[in-house]
Amino acid sequence: MAFSTSGVDIRTRLQDLIPKLVLSPSIAAMMIFVYGFIVFTVYLSFTNSKMLPSYDLIGFENYAKLWALSAWWTAVSNLAIFASLYIVICTAIGLTLAILLDQKIRGEGVLRPIYLYPMALSFIVTGTAWKWFLDPGIGLENTMHLWGWQSFHFGWIKDRNMAIYTIVIAAVWQTSGFVMAMFLAGLRGIDNEILRAAQIDGASNWQLYRRIVIPMLRPAFMSAFVILSHLAVKSYDLVVALTGGGPGRATELPATFMYSYTFTRNSMGIGASSAVIMLMTIAAIMTPYLYAELKEKP
Amino acid sequence: MRIIGKKMSVVLALMASTSMAQAEDVEVLHWWTSGGEAAALGVLKDTLKSQGIGWIDMPVSGGGGEAAMTTLRARVTAGNPPTAVQMLGFDIQDWAAEGALGNLDDVAAKEGWDAVVPPALQAFSKYDGHWIAAPVNVHSTNWVWANKAVLDGLGIAQPTTWDEFVAAMQKVKDSGKTALAHGGQPWQEATVFDGVVLSVGGTEFYKKAFVDLDPEALGGAQMVEAFKRMETLHSFTDANFSGRDWNLASAMVINGDAAFQIMGDWAKGEFLKAGKVPGTDFLCFRVPGTDGDVSFNSDQFAMFKVDSEAAKAAQAQMAADIMSPTFQSAFNVVKGSVPARTDVPNTAFDDCGKKGMADLAAASASGNLVGSMAHGHANRAAVKNAIYDVVTAAFNGEYDAETAAKNLADAVAAAK
Repeated sequence: MAFSTSGVDIRTRLQDLIPKLVLSPSIAAMMIFVYGFIVFTVYLSFTNSKMLPSYDLIGFENYAKLWALSAWWTAVSNLAIFASLYIVICTAIGLTLAILLDQKIRGEGVLRPIYLYPMALSFIVTGTAWKWFLDPGIGLENTMHLWGWQSFHFGWIKDRNMAIYTIVIAAVWQTSGFVMAMFLAGLRGIDNEILRAAQIDGASNWQLYRRIVIPMLRPAFMSAFVILSHLAVKSYDLVVALTGGGPGRATELPATFMYSYTFTRNSMGIGASSAVIMLMTIAAIMTPYLYAELKEKP
Repeated sequence: MRIIGKKMSVVLALMASTSMAQAEDVEVLHWWTSGGEAAALGVLKDTLKSQGIGWIDMPVSGGGGEAAMTTLRARVTAGNPPTAVQMLGFDIQDWAAEGALGNLDDVAAKEGWDAVVPPALQAFSKYDGHWIAAPVNVHSTNWVWANKAVLDGLGIAQPTTWDEFVAAMQKVKDSGKTALAHGGQPWQEATVFDGVVLSVGGTEFYKKAFVDLDPEALGGAQMVEAFKRMETLHSFTDANFSGRDWNLASAMVINGDAAFQIMGDWAKGEFLKAGKVPGTDFLCFRVPGTDGDVSFNSDQFAMFKVDSEAAKAAQAQMAADIMSPTFQSAFNVVKGSVPARTDVPNTAFDDCGKKGMADLAAASASGNLVGSMAHGHANRAAVKNAIYDVVTAAFNGEYDAETAAKNLADAVAAAK
């Protein structure tokens, strides 16, 4: 009797324990490789680290130096241009595509993955492909010239004032299909009864979307914004593949700035402080979102 | 924070991939990946192989070695440095200051390096009086490479002054060809700037600006003139130069699409590999206005600290091989540079190589041998990159020459 009770006990206890056991390695790895290194980076940002990490604290000096650097300001203003255009255009294109696909059209099953596939590529592939496509010598411009349109000119990628917009183009191409999928899921989640009731009340299609559908997509907008904004802040590979930060240093973003100061310029302290600023930017976006998400659930 | 994760995974991957190295092998980290360079490195590989020392190749491509230095940092931080690393100028001194480098005094004494290596090079190969690196070659950056057929076709003689050079480029431009083949990457623009600064003010001004970092020289009228010359050069490039690799720019000259390229003498390797003959197919001359001056950079193999005796022996053997006159001659003939020791006969070299060796000896004797700013032989990485920033921004038209000179002085002051 006693034996069988304890057997049940062990089994239930084991069942309680197994999820924790299975999860613990990944949690441990995450604690070290994500949060541990965040702490390490924050610590480095207060030290005089140059080529290799050093542990002599110097207070906020790195931050003062960082904000005095014109290269950092270039990177930050590039990020402002890139992030705002990228988020707005991606959301607009994604929403439009989703609404168009939601018209119960034939062949949706074929069209949807076509729009979604760019997301399956890495940013390096996207960047390299667009680099060739936009290069005046071998890409679009050259092709147009070969086809006889001699006056065609599209040299944005070689123009230091316009190059940042080529990054927006490539990034939008990559991500808007994914945003479309998110909105499409949101659209499918809307109760048809509400729409039908509105139609009976005489609402036009435009009013239907403007007053009912888009407001009901609010959660999808929120997720799209959060995902796009953190993608924008951490963009690194796309810039490296597409422009290499050039022409000159015209398309440097905070992530490429961080890399170059930390690793190629022997200014690890300044690089770490720029990483901390980037982390704080992302945190400023994510925290309200997470807070709202967690509050909704009991 | 994904980037930090990425960094870690690189470190882990490297640790995994290199643990197979055996004691009698040397693992060599370098960025000699273009055709001519890889062929030159093959000479050293074969020499070591004949002595029973295996070679574990670890190439990290990227012209100026920036990517290679990043990889190195990850390796050293992970406690697993390569045996030998190709390195330039002040990087060697920085690593020595970190206490990461080994000691080559024994082999240096045995082979008598002190007597044969020019003092300007020893300043980089020695730290605190101890040999830490073996110089492989001496490159110089103030060279112009020209396609002879293009020049002959347009009736252009080899320019000897800056004005003649500009006139020649104008003639090429008028003919519809690209006058100046250039790759728009910051280090290439800085390489051109080496020659341009020398052409404006000679070695005296160059040293004042880049070695002493004198604010008056950096922001003064002569520097404004140097930036104006950069603007002139910019007007002779093709519209598509941005982001191009240097060897592709060399290919433009080789193929006759462009007339000139201002680039260090590693470009010669590309010409030779394409089967071109110096003097017949292509010309090499100093950037007009810099005759007698040499801005050098020297590739060296810095030897990292290793534990086992076998590894130390392999390292010493590699250093001795690098410094042997036969290797110095064979390697530099292929690479396009000149030997790092002065007692190597010039018989095996072509006309450009002979001129390079004579120029080096003459410049060393007259005190006109200066370290190349663009390649980390004039000042440390932080200052060098601050100069890069201004030079590349000015070259790409972000601001005019006056502003550029002012920004240069400010940027250097901030980075010092």
